[in-house]
Amino acid sequence: MAEIVVDGKRYAVDPARNLLEACLGAGLDLPYFCWHPALRSVGACRQCAVKQYKDETDTRGKLVMACMVPARDGTILSIADDEARAFRASVVEWLMIGHPHDCPVCEEGGECHLQDMTVMTGHAYRRHRFPKRTHRNQDLGPFIGHEMNRCIACYRCVRFYREYAGGTDLDAFGAHHYVYFGRREDGVLESEFSGNLAEVCPTGVFTDKTLARSYTRKWDLTSAPSVCVHCSLGCNTFPNERYGEVRRILNRYHEQINGYFLCDRGRFGYGFVKGDRRLRAPRMRRTVGGAPSPISPGEAAGYLSEWLKDGRAIGIGSPRASLESNHALKAAVGAERFYRGVPAHQDALVGAILDIQRNGPAPAASLADAEAADAVLVLGEDVPNTAPRLALALRQSVRHAAWRKAEAAMVPRWQDKGVRETAPHDYSPLYIAAPAATRLDDVAAESRPALPDAIARLGFAVAHAIDPEAPDPEPPADLRRRAEAIAEALMQADRPLVVSGTGCGSLAVIQAAANVAWALCRRGRAARLCHVLPACNSAGLGLMQAAGSLDDALARLRSDGVRLVIALEGDLDRLAGRAAVEAALAGVAHVVAIDHLHHDFAARADLALPAATFAEAAGTFVNNEGRAQRFFHVHEPLAGARAGWRWLRDAMALAGRNEPAGRARLDDVTAACAAAEPPLARIGEAAPPADARIAGMAVARQPHRMSGRTAMHADRTVFEPAPPADPDTPLSPSMEGYYGPRAAPAALPFLWAPGWNSEQSLNKFQQEIGGPLLGGPAGVRLIDPQPEAGPPYFRPRPAAPAPADGDRPVLPLHHVFGSEELSAEAPAVRERCPAPYVALRPEDAERLGVGDGGRLALAIGDRTLELPVALKADLPPGAVGVPVGLPGTEGLVLPARGRVVTP
Amino acid sequence: MDTPLTANIRPGEPPPDRRAYEAAGGYRALRKALHDMDPEQVLDELKASRLRGRGGAGFPTGMKWNFIPRGDDAPADKYLIVNADEMEPGTFKDRHLMEGDPHQVIESVIVGAYTIGARHAYIFLRDEYRLCGARLGRAIAEAEDAGYLGRDILGSGFDLTIRLHTSAGRYICGEETALLNALEGKRPIPREKPPFPQASGLWGRPSVVNNVETLCNLPHIVLNGAQWFRDLGRGEDGGTKLYGASGRVKNPALWELPMGTPVREILEEHAGGMADGYRFRGLLPGGASTGFLVEEHLDLPMDFDPIQKAGSRLGTGALIVLDDRTSVVGMLRNLEHFFAQESCGWCTPCRDGLPWTERILAALEAGRGRAEDLEVLEMHCRFLGMGKTFCAHAPGAVMPLQTALQYFREDFRRGIADGH
Repeated sequence: MAEIVVDGKRYAVDPARNLLEACLGAGLDLPYFCWHPALRSVGACRQCAVKQYKDETDTRGKLVMACMVPARDGTILSIADDEARAFRASVVEWLMIGHPHDCPVCEEGGECHLQDMTVMTGHAYRRHRFPKRTHRNQDLGPFIGHEMNRCIACYRCVRFYREYAGGTDLDAFGAHHYVYFGRREDGVLESEFSGNLAEVCPTGVFTDKTLARSYTRKWDLTSAPSVCVHCSLGCNTFPNERYGEVRRILNRYHEQINGYFLCDRGRFGYGFVKGDRRLRAPRMRRTVGGAPSPISPGEAAGYLSEWLKDGRAIGIGSPRASLESNHALKAAVGAERFYRGVPAHQDALVGAILDIQRNGPAPAASLADAEAADAVLVLGEDVPNTAPRLALALRQSVRHAAWRKAEAAMVPRWQDKGVRETAPHDYSPLYIAAPAATRLDDVAAESRPALPDAIARLGFAVAHAIDPEAPDPEPPADLRRRAEAIAEALMQADRPLVVSGTGCGSLAVIQAAANVAWALCRRGRAARLCHVLPACNSAGLGLMQAAGSLDDALARLRSDGVRLVIALEGDLDRLAGRAAVEAALAGVAHVVAIDHLHHDFAARADLALPAATFAEAAGTFVNNEGRAQRFFHVHEPLAGARAGWRWLRDAMALAGRNEPAGRARLDDVTAACAAAEPPLARIGEAAPPADARIAGMAVARQPHRMSGRTAMHADRTVFEPAPPADPDTPLSPSMEGYYGPRAAPAALPFLWAPGWNSEQSLNKFQQEIGGPLLGGPAGVRLIDPQPEAGPPYFRPRPAAPAPADGDRPVLPLHHVFGSEELSAEAPAVRERCPAPYVALRPEDAERLGVGDGGRLALAIGDRTLELPVALKADLPPGAVGVPVGLPGTEGLVLPARGRVVTP
Repeated sequence: MDTPLTANIRPGEPPPDRRAYEAAGGYRALRKALHDMDPEQVLDELKASRLRGRGGAGFPTGMKWNFIPRGDDAPADKYLIVNADEMEPGTFKDRHLMEGDPHQVIESVIVGAYTIGARHAYIFLRDEYRLCGARLGRAIAEAEDAGYLGRDILGSGFDLTIRLHTSAGRYICGEETALLNALEGKRPIPREKPPFPQASGLWGRPSVVNNVETLCNLPHIVLNGAQWFRDLGRGEDGGTKLYGASGRVKNPALWELPMGTPVREILEEHAGGMADGYRFRGLLPGGASTGFLVEEHLDLPMDFDPIQKAGSRLGTGALIVLDDRTSVVGMLRNLEHFFAQESCGWCTPCRDGLPWTERILAALEAGRGRAEDLEVLEMHCRFLGMGKTFCAHAPGAVMPLQTALQYFREDFRRGIADGH
């Protein structure tokens, strides 16, 4: 530690930081714009000026920019110095010359860093009496609004978008005081991280368009700690609500997971909560073949209860439902009759991954671990599309080489401009072998699209090159050379990482990735494994004991005289294909669908029960690294909707079953689940229990400045309604309650601190800048690796027989927008989803005589897809690509072999 | 009087071609360096000459080059970059050298590249200097034909290519690190130091950037030795300097004179004194980004240190002379317009402060100033000073303003409207 003196007071700080970080970390207020904790220092805005003194005898001192000066031991500085204060006020005065002062109509007003910093510097009266500059704004697509007149040219947007996130279509144009931040022409921002601009921008240039559509000020928004449901990474979020409607999602800092950023799927996918396919009321088919009609929730629970009494029920759980809902279903139908609602093929992959995480020596990597990796091998996963936030972490991981070179040149890591200039072309190794090109390839040492079997062979060969005891796949010489190069790069790294997952659908790829990580462990390297899973609670569901997969459940239906099927939070048609589902359910008396969406499967069910979404109910998910995290509802469920577990509990209670899972409080269900499932024993620790109190108070979901609470319901009643009861969370539904840094991170509903109204108030909740929150990490890691385990190496399978003439490998192609079911229902995201297609290499298309957009029929097993052709040059030779999750691809098991039947 | 830099230049006539240049002794320095000296010897001679950069900052060239990694384990790719982006208002010395004796520039580049071990050199040329571009292009081609460029130059084993790059036209590209960014096709924003270009310059490789006039001294130092060079100067620093004068003087022009020639001598003997009917009020000694000197300074030698001590900078040595019939405020308004427009837009004080000074100066010029305007201008002079902005653009921009407020304050006061 170093000691610095600020205005006569001594502070112990980390000498690896700059003075701005040191001051903020010490709890001092010092204004800044261009510095960002993740983007670091570039010295552009000159806002964080302080007076630095050479030594104790120096009385004159010198203005320096705090973000550009290392926090060396013995540094003496003053924030309060008159000249430094005057200079900082001048900087805001300059920034305000062109700013429109339109705070009352600006989306950022009330949570604007520029407002906060202006107040902090004390600048108030305008001396500039000349005209302001004006700009033309651009239409940037469905996610982000643009109002360039508000710009203060801090350059954060382009630094985030281009340098941090690898985007190319946003840039700085023009010069001097007309510098312009936008696209070359109007158009959709292409990067899947564009939504972060709304948080990175210190004022209202880039704003959340989905919020603007139904705008509410920060102080009128109710907020809760939540977890993203749109992929397996478990990024932490703050859904914000008003009038029972989610208005936006903000990033919720978790130092081990998402840090400061989310992807656009996670930020804008919330639109499904009030989307037009939302199931809004219980519906029941009262006569065979009749149309379903709405019924009351009480009546619906009654029917479910009656049907359950029969006993011949099976439950189909869901990887996107909470552990509590899955457990409640399991309790309701019996452990032997509970199935994971995951196709057998995928279920086996997830099971294999969980076994690898539990039985091997390589620990699972968090996103922070991924970012810290200094050599990465990606096997089979199109990370930017299946786990976008992980791709952002990997994009940072390649910077270690530059940081190392810069540090040798005495340029510290926080000096981002200097680092980029010292080492503009130095990347740590990132090797990618995926079915097609990925949006990380621009920073990869190598990215070669390949078929899953070839990817697996490469992985096995890398493992063998690292540890000769790992089985040798006996690859051809050129593949062996590549494998040896990759092995060497991984062996030279301090923190090598292997990324794999279910994305390309190959067990061999997952096993090969495990061999690589284990071989590294065996050679004494601190290797980690990162697995991408299909859904937000795939790991949680996978850790539960079940009677089998969805395929097993459907098979049992055909044979076992099952009377009742309860499908929890899943569209069975999408998972298994409508034909298979209809065939399996033909003999079942009662089909119950509990889900958010009114999909075709729910429409055909005898009883469709609206399940509360993440915004409306609390529960626990387990993310891809085995971390259990609690999400808490931000508003009451839609009238008629209930949490999945609550529907089941209500039905059990009506049936007179008062076992733990049938009790009224979430904590009881969580505890019952923990007791019943040994791998989940610690999930109770994921967050404080509902009866946790701080100074006798629950934590308030609403800010103390919430306005209009007696007027909000005035169209219906002049009396203020009592706040809803909330037995499930340690939060209060209103502004009554505790708010402050003592709230546990897992139960902290929003960020706000005196003088800091924007999300940048986060620095008041961290132990140090960019470090853990005051209360430590939220959530609990459930899976421990076996460091002592000798690697239980997998053996490569013999190469598949050569395909029959005309057979082509059909590969899954993932889309950040479109492949995930719920987010694709959000209106803003829907605009970004591609239309269904079949991808062909241009030369294959030419040979088949079809052009881009021409129609093609592709036979896969007994299915035939008829879709337009999209040309895709980066597929492996001969392969065909089919988009995952887009309409027309329901129930497909990929990869597969297919045959073009027309033209 | 020795005028090594301009000896071959005949204004109004085409420049010497390769043969004429050789006939006048050209490329002898190159032969001497390649055949008789190793790079370290050239560098030692350069250091001993105490040549200081002629672009304006006056940094010792030998010291600058000494930071370039050399020897067998130095990176293979190094770059010598000629800063020919002469955009300093009032300055046209490099143009004179490039138009008048392009082979001297080329020979200088080759000797310089040999010294630091660079195999690639770039000439970063101001957009408007079309004639320079044509003449340098021809000289490069002639030098290539004669084996002065390319592989194994004159049998020495040394390889060099020179590329001529024409700027898209921004004053800030004269700042050496902004120049590097521009050359890489990026926005011309000055870079952070460290890394210094010698460690990580163009494309992240060791690079030196030198002004045209600076480099042109190198062949003469190689041929005649450091002592000869030092003896050329009249004061502390050695060599000659291209001084110029513009404004209401009888003979606005450019002269190669010993370094340290007194201001008065340049103004009165060479420029011929003030034009008839005009009286001297002050001058900017080295282009627009230097501070005013007035009557009391006229006997100072035009050398780096004495001019700096007088509160200005030698800059490019191009005098801009202010007379009694030109509006001081109007001149400053014009200058600040230039500097505001040429700000790269990176840091706040420069980007947003300079346009404000321009607007205030325009108001004062139009007689619509306010009493507090002088305060605001002074605030800018203070807060756009060295160390407070990212690079030296704004400090240079406020230097004439600050000194004008010091010496000609009454002129500014006259612009304040009645009642304000």
